[in-house]
Amino acid sequence: MTAFLLRRLFQAAIVMLTVALISFVLFNYVGDPINAMVGQDTSLQDREKLRQDLGLNDPVPVRFARFVANAVQGQFGLSYRTAEPVGRMIIERLPATLELAVVAALFALVVGVPMGVYSGLHPRSWFSRVLQAISLIGISLPTFLIGILLILIFAVGLGVLPSFGRGESVNLGGWTTGFLTVSGLKALILPSITLGLFQLTLIMRIVRAEMLEVLRTDYIKFARARGLRGRAINFGHALKNTLVPVITITGLQLGQLIAFAIITETVFSWPGVGQLFVTSVYSADMPVMSAYLALIGFLFVTINLLVDLLYFAIDPRLRTAQAATRTA
Amino acid sequence: MALGPSFVRAWRDFASSDVFHSFRSSKVTVAAAIVTAIIFAACFAAPLIAIQNPYDPANFDLGVAMRPPVFFGGEWTFPLGTDDQGRDMYSAILYGTRLSLVVGFASVLLAMAIGVTIGLVSGYTGGALDAALMRTADVQLTFPAFLIALTLDGVVRGLIANKILPFDHDAIAVPVIVLSLGLAFWPQYARTVRGAVLVERTKDYVNAARIIGVRPWRILWRHILPNAMGPVLVIATINLAVAIITEATLSFLGVGMPKTQPSLGTLIQIGNDYLSSGDLWITVSPGIMLAVLVLAVNLLGDWLRDALNPKLR
Repeated sequence: MTAFLLRRLFQAAIVMLTVALISFVLFNYVGDPINAMVGQDTSLQDREKLRQDLGLNDPVPVRFARFVANAVQGQFGLSYRTAEPVGRMIIERLPATLELAVVAALFALVVGVPMGVYSGLHPRSWFSRVLQAISLIGISLPTFLIGILLILIFAVGLGVLPSFGRGESVNLGGWTTGFLTVSGLKALILPSITLGLFQLTLIMRIVRAEMLEVLRTDYIKFARARGLRGRAINFGHALKNTLVPVITITGLQLGQLIAFAIITETVFSWPGVGQLFVTSVYSADMPVMSAYLALIGFLFVTINLLVDLLYFAIDPRLRTAQAATRTA
Repeated sequence: MALGPSFVRAWRDFASSDVFHSFRSSKVTVAAAIVTAIIFAACFAAPLIAIQNPYDPANFDLGVAMRPPVFFGGEWTFPLGTDDQGRDMYSAILYGTRLSLVVGFASVLLAMAIGVTIGLVSGYTGGALDAALMRTADVQLTFPAFLIALTLDGVVRGLIANKILPFDHDAIAVPVIVLSLGLAFWPQYARTVRGAVLVERTKDYVNAARIIGVRPWRILWRHILPNAMGPVLVIATINLAVAIITEATLSFLGVGMPKTQPSLGTLIQIGNDYLSSGDLWITVSPGIMLAVLVLAVNLLGDWLRDALNPKLR
C-alpha cells in the first residue's frame, strides 16, 4: 500500500514537472516577456538592462526554479492582451468553470446510472434500444453541435432558456456562484447538459455492461434462490458491484469535463477559464496560456491521484491482491 | 489485359472472405459505407459540381448575402442559401467537407507515421529510450488530444507573433492544424505497435531473420510491422472520425481554418452569430453534413474493429 502510494506520488510529481516545464518554455521562449512590457521605442540597452534586472539572463535552472516558485503562489505575470495579472484573471473565472463541470458530472451520474441499470436489466426491451441509439448519437456528435442544437430548440425555438452567459451571480467572499439566483440556475441548464452528455452516454454504457456481467454471477443466482426480492437483488447486490468502475470513470472524467468546458463555454459565452484559454490561444497570449496549462495539469494530476486512492479504498480485493503479490 | 484474371481472382477471394461476409450481413454498415462513398465522391468532384469556388474572393457578393435556402422560400440560384458574405452555401459545404476530409486523413497519416515509428523503435530497442518514449506517451495521454492540438495551435500563433516563424497564420492554417492533430494523436499508435513488437520479436521467424543477418530496421519494417498492422488500421479508422471532429471543433472555436478558407467547423461558426436572429441555415446545413459524415465513419470504424478482431469486443 505504502509502496503503491509512493510510486503514484512520484509519477504525479513527474507529470507535474513536465507540465511546469512546458508552461515555462511557452512563457519564456514562445512569447517574449520583455517585448510585452516595454514600448516600441525602448532602446536595446534599456531592454538589456531590464532583462538583467528581471533575472532573465540567469541560468535556465535558476529561472525554472523561480518560475515554479511564482507559479505555486499563482503569479504568472501580466496578460499580453489586457495587461491584467494573469493569476487574478484565472481565479475570477475559475468558479464559473468548476460549477459548470460539477453540475455536468452530477447530471451525467444522476441520469446515466438509472438509464444504464434499466437497459442492463431489460436488454431486449424497445426502450433500451432507444437508449442505445441515443447514446450512439451522443458519442458521435461533436459537443459544440449538441450545444447549438439545444440552443436552437430551447432558446431560439421555445424561448424558455437563455442561450448565453451565466445569469446573475452572487459573490460569496471571492467565489461568485450562480446557484443562488433563478437566472443563474436557468443559465446552467443548457451548458451542463451539453457538457455532461458525452459522460452520460459513457456512464450508461459502462453501467449496462457491468450489470449484464454481474447479473450472470453465482451470487446473484444464489440471492434469487434465497428468495430475495428483485429490488434487493438489483440494487443491493448487483448495482453495488458495478459502482467501482463507474466511480473511477466519473472521477477521471471530471478532468476531461474541465478541459472540454472550453468548447461548451465558447458555445454559450460562459465566462469561465476555458473561454479565457481560447481567447489567449487566438491572440497568442502566452502568460495566460501557460498559466491555464499549469492549472489544468495540476487539476488532472490531483484528480487522477485521488481516483487511484479511492479505487483502493473501495475495492478490498485490490488491497489483498497487492499483499498477495508482495508475499509471493 | 494481363492484370484481368488476377484481379478477378483477388476480387473473388475478397468476396468470399469473412470480412466481406460480416460487411454484407450488417445493413447499418452497408448504409454507412454507401453514405461515406457518396460524400467522398462529391468532395472529389467538388470543382465540377459546385456552383462557384468559395475560396475565390471575387465570388463574395454582399448584394446576395443571407439569402435563404429553397426550402425556406429561397431561389434555385443558391439551393442552400448564402452566408453573410454572399457565398453560396452549397459550394462552401462541398469544399468545406473536402477540406475536413483532407485534414482528417493527413493528420491520421501523420499520427500513424509518428506513432508507428516510435512504437517500432521503442519496442525493439527497449531500455532507457523505450522508457522515455513511453512515459512521454503516458503523460500526453493524460490530457485530451483536443487540448493538446489547441495548445500547439497557440504555440504556432505565438511563434508567428514573435516573428520566429515568418508566415501569416491563415496562409499555413492547413499544415498547422495537421501538425497539431498529428502530434496530438500519435501515442495510441505507438503503444499498440510497441505491444505488438514485444510479442513478435521473440518469435522464431524474427530470430531466424536475425541469424541470417537481416538488418534490424528491415526486420522491423518488412517482418514485424505487417503483423502489427491490423490493430493500427482499426485505430486509424476510429481516429479519422475523432480527427474530423477535433478539426471541426478547433475551427468552430476560431483557431482552426480561417473564414477565407472555411471547413465545416468554420461555416458552423460563421452561422452561429446569426442563430438568434432566426437565420438558421448557415449553421444547420454544414452541421447536418458534419454529423452524417462523422456518424458514417464511426459506424464503419466500429464494424472494422469487430470484423478484424473479435477479441476486442
